Amino acid sequence: MTYTQLAVLGVLLVVVWDLWIVRTRLLTRRLFWMAYPIIVFFQLLTNGVLTGFRIVRYSGEAIIGSSTPESSAPPAFGDGRILYAPVEDLMFGFALVVLSLTLWVFWGRRGIQREPMAGPPLPALVPMLARVGGRKPLAGDAQQ
Amino acid sequence: MGQWSYLAVMAFIVLGAGWLEVGLRTRVLRRWRRLLLSIVPVALVFALWDIYAIASGHWWFDEALITGIRLPGDLPIDEVVFFLVVPVAAILTLEAVRSATGLPVGDETQDAEGEGP
Repeated sequence: MTYTQLAVLGVLLVVVWDLWIVRTRLLTRRLFWMAYPIIVFFQLLTNGVLTGFRIVRYSGEAIIGSSTPESSAPPAFGDGRILYAPVEDLMFGFALVVLSLTLWVFWGRRGIQREPMAGPPLPALVPMLARVGGRKPLAGDAQQ
Repeated sequence: MGQWSYLAVMAFIVLGAGWLEVGLRTRVLRRWRRLLLSIVPVALVFALWDIYAIASGHWWFDEALITGIRLPGDLPIDEVVFFLVVPVAAILTLEAVRSATGLPVGDETQDAEGEGP
């Protein structure tokens, strides 16, 4: 199979895994969709370095776009690339991240080190977090 | 940057996410047994994908920009580091957003279907 086919399959499998197999239903949670853009931002940044400097190179046979050129950087955008990386990498990353997060939640639901729960942030960070859209957690939040 | 290029990117991820354990009190690294149970199976699955992709020529690496240490299956050790570091960073991010917002993620109570111990 090509990378494109495997990446699409990977996305479909983790969606089925989350919603119907382990039923962690992470993809239905607002918290996930707040965290995921942060993860994607850093994925694009770091993967842009790995692919833009051609530390990792791709075959045009396996992806939607063309092969990584022999002696220059691939296009930053276009030809199936987003910030130098093949779009397939976004799907690969989604599968990797969702599988990891669902397992983390799965073990917590099974009672494996559910405690100590995360938070609250260091008091010094609370004003900054409030500015970026968060809010100061209230006592009892984590229990519900 | 030479042979440390790939690992330098991994170090950036470690630093970029690692501070959340302290700053947002994510308590992820402290819960290392749950963390290992979550990331080791994922690393195994994605290492297999990687070995298949390398064998099929889907992608390859600039030999001058990775350590050159390879595991069976021609898997660069740099990639193994990736499959361990990225899931930890993702879990730290999820727990950091939980810390900042107080929103639920689904593990707050014992499994409703009685699957808990």
